Amino acid sequence: MRGRRSWKDTALGLAFLAPSAAVFVAFFFLPLYRLIRLGLFQQNRYGTKETWVGFSQYTDTLTGQEFLDGVRISATYVLYTVPLGLVLGVLLAVAANRRLRGMKVFQTIFASTVASSVAVASVVFFVLINPQVGYFSDVRFLSLAHPDSALRGVALSSVWQNLGLTFIIVLAALQAVPEEINEAATLDGYGPVRRFFRVTLPLISPSLLFLVVVLVIFGFQAFAQIDILTGGGPAGATETLVYKIFDSRDPYRQGTGSVMAIGLFALTTVVTALQFRLLNRRVHYGN
Amino acid sequence: MDDPALLPAWKKALWYLVLGALSLLVLFPVWMALVRALSTPASYVRDGQPIHPVDVQWDIFGRAWTEGDLTRKVLLSLAVTVIVVVAQLITSVLAAYAFSFLEFRGRTACFAVFMGTMLLPLEVTLIPNVQTIRDLHWLNSIQGLAAPFLATAFGAFLIRQGFMGIPRDLRDAAQLDGFGHLAFLRRVAIPVTRPVIASFAVISFLSAWNQYLWPRAVVTEGRWATLQIGLKDLAAAKVEQSNIGVAAALLAAVPVLALLIFLQRHLIRGLTAGAVKG
Repeated sequence: MRGRRSWKDTALGLAFLAPSAAVFVAFFFLPLYRLIRLGLFQQNRYGTKETWVGFSQYTDTLTGQEFLDGVRISATYVLYTVPLGLVLGVLLAVAANRRLRGMKVFQTIFASTVASSVAVASVVFFVLINPQVGYFSDVRFLSLAHPDSALRGVALSSVWQNLGLTFIIVLAALQAVPEEINEAATLDGYGPVRRFFRVTLPLISPSLLFLVVVLVIFGFQAFAQIDILTGGGPAGATETLVYKIFDSRDPYRQGTGSVMAIGLFALTTVVTALQFRLLNRRVHYGN
Repeated sequence: MDDPALLPAWKKALWYLVLGALSLLVLFPVWMALVRALSTPASYVRDGQPIHPVDVQWDIFGRAWTEGDLTRKVLLSLAVTVIVVVAQLITSVLAAYAFSFLEFRGRTACFAVFMGTMLLPLEVTLIPNVQTIRDLHWLNSIQGLAAPFLATAFGAFLIRQGFMGIPRDLRDAAQLDGFGHLAFLRRVAIPVTRPVIASFAVISFLSAWNQYLWPRAVVTEGRWATLQIGLKDLAAAKVEQSNIGVAAALLAAVPVLALLIFLQRHLIRGLTAGAVKG
């Protein structure tokens, strides 16, 4: 009885996994193999012929100026977007986490930017900061027309676009903080500020860690906002790693592009693992 | 939280002031986009770009719809989105069921391999994936736009979490009633986890509708532009037509805004699902 059962379970299990597995093989695992392999060959102009170059293309590309520029620009972008976005999101969530009449309206407004895709947010911000007729086109600090400030302008659109998600997740975390803990802290003579930093913040730290990880990944994957707002310019100042990879999809550039993609993969994996290691020590998981 | 009954009136007023100011800050970009869309471009620039509309053109959204060829773009985006959402629901529910109710050798290993795909974003495998689509002659096609997204490990994971919450007793009872796996899946497992599945569907819709990098890579003819990537060309038009692009962008946000307002509970549950520990 048992043997027959598990044989049937195995067949059914494999049948149920097959549709997903087919997609994963075709669009995740085979491409990963081809990505590694593409990096070992140099393609001719039309992608019709390739020459084995071994790992020299890996070392050349990963130490080359193009890749290093991409890493620098992507990392700067992450630094511009993540801390500011997180602080603003927490601010909105703390403000909206109280019982007042009409609070649902404010909460919906604060969450509303999740309705905007990156493309929509970029067009909306194009109205504000485009160099010709943007409302803030005179603000040099955010100017898209100058290499030293363009990335900041683009980053601002991402900060705004991510506010909704950050707000929703932090608010959910705040609402899960048991009331008794706050009451106990108040009885112990904690003022609101000390209560926030000593009691609330540690309790919501798992959600904050999650947000940091997600926002950093978003930052490293930024593409649409660059494509729409600057097209990588001026003078390549906003060419993030993903933008460079996208630009390398023509057959003759595939070799370098593939190595840069592997570089991006390694970078995001290492950064994510580091965040878990470093931040996890400070994160407080209940029970 | 503070009991509202105990809060003095001046404190309440102060909070409303803070909340109002923050709302203005969040809504300011949207308001400016609306002003830009409604204003006649030349008069708006002439008047020094005020924070209110100038020479309002109420028909701008209709014009953006026709001049931006939005019917085709919206239908294309909708077709791709519906295919992706339906396919993800089917593949994820089946995989989740295998991972929670079917016992077979290698299940844990399969689960690990599935979850591994979450570490490998499309940005990384973009180049070989575009090559695959090119080799299949699927550039500029619905199948090319949808193919890589027909399954997702996130969905399998989320729905599995839901399935794991089904009490053993319920399973045993169903088994005693002579339910096979297919009957149990259809008549018990799916109905019981409907909230989780609905949340996943909302998130799946959101990410499919907002897709940008992939369509940009596999669409080479303007005719096949989805709504999101079509916005780029509309927004890049000359200043005299800038109102069209902005109006189109605002229109593109409407379906998701509707989701936010009418399915808020599901959207929030889906978005926060990743944040719960485990």
